[in-house]
Amino acid sequence: MTGAQREMSFYESGNGHTGILSWVLSTDHKRIGLLYLFSMFSFFFVAVILGLLMRLELIAPGPSIMTAESYNAMFTVHGVIMIFLFIIPGIPAGLGNFMLPLQIGARDMAFPRINLMSWWFYMTGAIVIIVSLFTGGGPPDTGWTFYVPYSIRTGTNVTLAVFGVFLLGISSTLTGLNLVTTIHRLRAPGLKWFRMPLFVWSLYATGWVQILATPVLGITLLLLMMERLFGFGFFDPARGGDPLLFEHLFWIYSHPAVYIMILPAMGIVTEIIPVFARRTIFGYKAIAFSSLSIASVGYLVWGHHMFTSGMSDISRVIFSFLTFIVAVPSGIKVFNWIASMYKGSIKLSSPLLFTVSFIFLFSLGGLTGLIIGALATNIFVHGTYFIVAHFHYMMFGGTAFAFFAGIHYWFPKIFGKMYREKPAITSCIVLFAGFNVLYFPMFILGLEGMPRRYYDYLPRFHTGHLISTVGSWILAAGLMIMFYNLIRSIFIGEVAGSNPWGGSTLEWTTSSPPPHENFTEIPVVTEGPYRFRK
Amino acid sequence: MNINNNNNIGYKTYLAVWCCLMILTAATVMAAGMGFGRYGSLASVLIASAKAGLILLFFMHLKYETFVFKLMLLAAILTMAVIIGLTFFDVGFRDGGR
Repeated sequence: MTGAQREMSFYESGNGHTGILSWVLSTDHKRIGLLYLFSMFSFFFVAVILGLLMRLELIAPGPSIMTAESYNAMFTVHGVIMIFLFIIPGIPAGLGNFMLPLQIGARDMAFPRINLMSWWFYMTGAIVIIVSLFTGGGPPDTGWTFYVPYSIRTGTNVTLAVFGVFLLGISSTLTGLNLVTTIHRLRAPGLKWFRMPLFVWSLYATGWVQILATPVLGITLLLLMMERLFGFGFFDPARGGDPLLFEHLFWIYSHPAVYIMILPAMGIVTEIIPVFARRTIFGYKAIAFSSLSIASVGYLVWGHHMFTSGMSDISRVIFSFLTFIVAVPSGIKVFNWIASMYKGSIKLSSPLLFTVSFIFLFSLGGLTGLIIGALATNIFVHGTYFIVAHFHYMMFGGTAFAFFAGIHYWFPKIFGKMYREKPAITSCIVLFAGFNVLYFPMFILGLEGMPRRYYDYLPRFHTGHLISTVGSWILAAGLMIMFYNLIRSIFIGEVAGSNPWGGSTLEWTTSSPPPHENFTEIPVVTEGPYRFRK
Repeated sequence: MNINNNNNIGYKTYLAVWCCLMILTAATVMAAGMGFGRYGSLASVLIASAKAGLILLFFMHLKYETFVFKLMLLAAILTMAVIIGLTFFDVGFRDGGR
């Protein structure tokens, strides 16, 4: 590795352009991955601020800092940014882009130009959404689900926002295509399917979901745009349309999209545990196949979002039953993660601390998901804060915590620098505490009957809302500590070696940061990953 | 990936497939006029599927591809079929199936 460390990194290698052009016109998967990460975290911070403002509004009953119309626009924009600009592209397009070729011993993705085009679609979609906030009838106020018939009738700028999301869908589909093709075609010699790191398996399952599900969203949003612009009557009951058709089509994409978000997060967790427990993963094949089965069964459960929408009774029963099936592969993963740590030489560094936080929060989110998946209890809590709590436990407690774990784990590889461990540990603890103070009261509020999306509430819900708002401040403090530590370390962190954690997957065999084409010589793989004891 | 194989497809094969497509188009028109009632749509969908299959197999060269490509297409078609099927559990039985 000493020789590899002297090699010119991808930051120094030119591509015929200088300055910002060397980034926005680069077809290097590492630069594109970083472009995604930088763009996504910029949008993430905007959405965090919107979330904090919403929580501040809800600190007490009655109007506090904004009007009801502004509140509606804020939770819509918060949702659209967090879902479509941060958490869906998050791990696959950011860390996945950067790490996939490194983990399979390839020099780049299968389609480097399509990879860059995908980022351009992403940015164009983002810009269109931003423009939609300040033009036409103002920011959309429909919620991120764009439910009809309200989204057809509202005078706000829904058409443009929906078009922005349509462009983001193209970006996501192209990323999925690249992931699947790269894994099929560019694996290093000897890297058979069951020698691949499990993060790669999770990206493979994610890629398929992106390819098969995202076009459904594109078509649905096009139909919505046509309905708004030309009054076609697909969904508007006044014109003979069926509003439930929109919900079906929307959730046919958006439920599998939950697995676009969570599957790669599970992949990160599966990478980190063996390295910090110094043990091979327990149940490699079970985890690999559970990724594929989550991706497959994930297509069959969208109807559980519509239990109170007026679907047929038989349909509700079938979707409730199918929903319980998806818990099985998720449970397999959780048990395998815990079994992998059992009797391991555990080193509780920040990546593992984020990981165990993920397991706890994801389990809580998953188990409350069973309450929502059961038809009878769903009727009781549907449309309440219970859903908001469950959703954030899965998406923030699940995906975002695993994302942060992955950022800490691969930070030395990406930047060639090491962050300070103490602030990283502190940030994780503060984030974990803030997260639970913010979202756990929402479970109770939901069970007590607090409806979601409401601008105002009855005085009996005040205590829960107050605690939740205080939690949002703690969470924000955790985020500030974490990002300050990471950003500072990019510039003045200690130089990291090529393999600071003692990882056994291929990305740790090249220098940090990696050279332009990743490896001086394409590695030959002779055994599976996670072999720590010879 | 199987460029060499694709070169072996003669014009005769393409012509034969084209003729089949024409015959199936005629069959669609005839089926529409036969008064199959509620089964008319089913007949149209079946004929259209057969036509799509021919195009995929011959014009898009799927017949000459490796198994994995066929499996990928099958996965996509199965997913779509399951999605449509599950949606009909709602549409078909809404309001007590009326």
